[in-house]
Amino acid sequence: MREIIVLSGKGGTGKTSVTAALGVLAAGKAVIADCDVDAANMHLLMQPVVLKKEAFFSGELAEIDPEACINCGKCEEVCHFDAIHQGFEKYETQPLRCEGCGYCEVVCPTNAISMHARRSGDFFVSTARTGDPMAHARLDAGADNSGKLVAKVKEEAKKLGNQHQRDLILVDGAPGIGCPVVSSLAGANYVVLVTEPSASGLHDLKRLVEVLQKFRLQAGCIINKADLNPDQAEALRTFSIENNIDLLGEIPYDSAFTAAMIQGKTIVESDNQLKQVMNSIYISIQHKINVL
Amino acid sequence: MTNSGIFKLAIASGKGGTGKTLLSTNLADYLARKQAVLLADLDVEEPNDALFFHAENKVITPQYKMIPDWQSDRCTLCGDCTRQCKFHAVIRLGEFITVFNELCHSCYACSDLCPEQALPMKPYRMGETRHQILNGLQLIESRLDVGQEQAVPLIHATQKYICELESKPAIQILDCPPGTSCPVVAAVDGADLVLLVTEPTPFGLNDLKLAVETMRQIDKAFAVVINRQGMGDDAVENWCKSENITVAARIPYDRQLAEQYAAAKLAWCDNTALEEALEELALFIQQKQVQYA
Repeated sequence: MREIIVLSGKGGTGKTSVTAALGVLAAGKAVIADCDVDAANMHLLMQPVVLKKEAFFSGELAEIDPEACINCGKCEEVCHFDAIHQGFEKYETQPLRCEGCGYCEVVCPTNAISMHARRSGDFFVSTARTGDPMAHARLDAGADNSGKLVAKVKEEAKKLGNQHQRDLILVDGAPGIGCPVVSSLAGANYVVLVTEPSASGLHDLKRLVEVLQKFRLQAGCIINKADLNPDQAEALRTFSIENNIDLLGEIPYDSAFTAAMIQGKTIVESDNQLKQVMNSIYISIQHKINVL
Repeated sequence: MTNSGIFKLAIASGKGGTGKTLLSTNLADYLARKQAVLLADLDVEEPNDALFFHAENKVITPQYKMIPDWQSDRCTLCGDCTRQCKFHAVIRLGEFITVFNELCHSCYACSDLCPEQALPMKPYRMGETRHQILNGLQLIESRLDVGQEQAVPLIHATQKYICELESKPAIQILDCPPGTSCPVVAAVDGADLVLLVTEPTPFGLNDLKLAVETMRQIDKAFAVVINRQGMGDDAVENWCKSENITVAARIPYDRQLAEQYAAAKLAWCDNTALEEALEELALFIQQKQVQYA
């Protein structure tokens, strides 16, 4: 089983649309995993039927029992996250600031503070409309630890892949270069980079590629909105070649891209030209992962 | 206002690539014609604002987070530190204590509670803050070092840097990271108003709903800016209406604007529609400033 992670550095370059299109082309062979748990969108194109929904707990949260609190203020003193303040009567924690380190718990002289498992989102196992299994999640608003939820989605996708004897896990990743991205890279065989020919697109891609090089991961690049700026597109091609990144294909700046999304379809289901482009990209990727 | 006469405006979005940087840079440049403005790029994983400005003098300040540094000569291997650390950042391997810098949250518990003071905290570089001064505009950009995974400590360090500035412009624009998790919550902390930038597409709407939920949960005043108006459908507009959410401005969909953005050019001076949207926003911000004062 091969695992492909779709990333971009910069947000909004078309990661999800491309991943979903690859999912349609790989129907019957793939597991789909949406690891952009902060702002998950894959379900809008894959319209999954949810088979299992589970609350996801990660890390801890301090709670102060007002009955036991004697207002000594030791907890506030040791908290480095500005998460404990005196409330109306007794000290109170601010859940969104608490990082769950438990330092307050040990210094409390009356054992008024206890640590509790922290809910950070929901996790789903579903069947996508392509008939393929899909793992996805929804992080609670403002929650911490999205990296751990990403790891959970990936772990479950792997199980689904084994269970259903799939060849491929297709992972839609998060923007940026931080913990959700690094977490999604564990166990990857190949990274598909979806970028756009803009100064921001290139700048962000360079930082992401540096991360991939640390993990010695092979990657290929898709230039979306390729005709938006010829100079930037050329800079992306040159950068890719210099960094041993496969040029997988280029998608034109096309209103059909958005039109497909509005119909809840992927770009290979709604537009002939985009379908041809994506087909050839899919074949290139298949070739790359088979020779890896 | 939270901070004696300073108005902090955060520019955020759930979905990435909806136009946070386009709006932040153009709005800052537009407002800076008439007043002193501070623009802070808090999207520390992928900061882009500085690409749009060309300043001559730049001050670079390295940023550190504090992590414990094991002193083998003092350690008795009692194990208190490894039991205390909830993040599995302090681990015993044979006769050694190893600290995983990327997992450490800098809570100080292991360090302060060590009976032998064998884990003093020491600074560990996580990135840098670049400070540039242009006409009427102070640009502050923080960049996480590649390989670092935690954005939140650098966002906090940048906010502290801004707080400690000698000259503080009365209006501060904070360009935030995408998403709805901890980095965004950290970045909008202290903001008087959050502008949520979205696009009129199903992805835009879905992520706007998540962003609104986050803002409501942390009790932040917010309004919406619709970018690429006309590109998709009316669902965002209708949803905002049904939820009683103010749409503070609309930037029409325009390929030329996308081209200018791609070339890292500030577009408002030769794009009338964008200039009008900024004018509308400036007025909206002014009203809010008066309201909060």
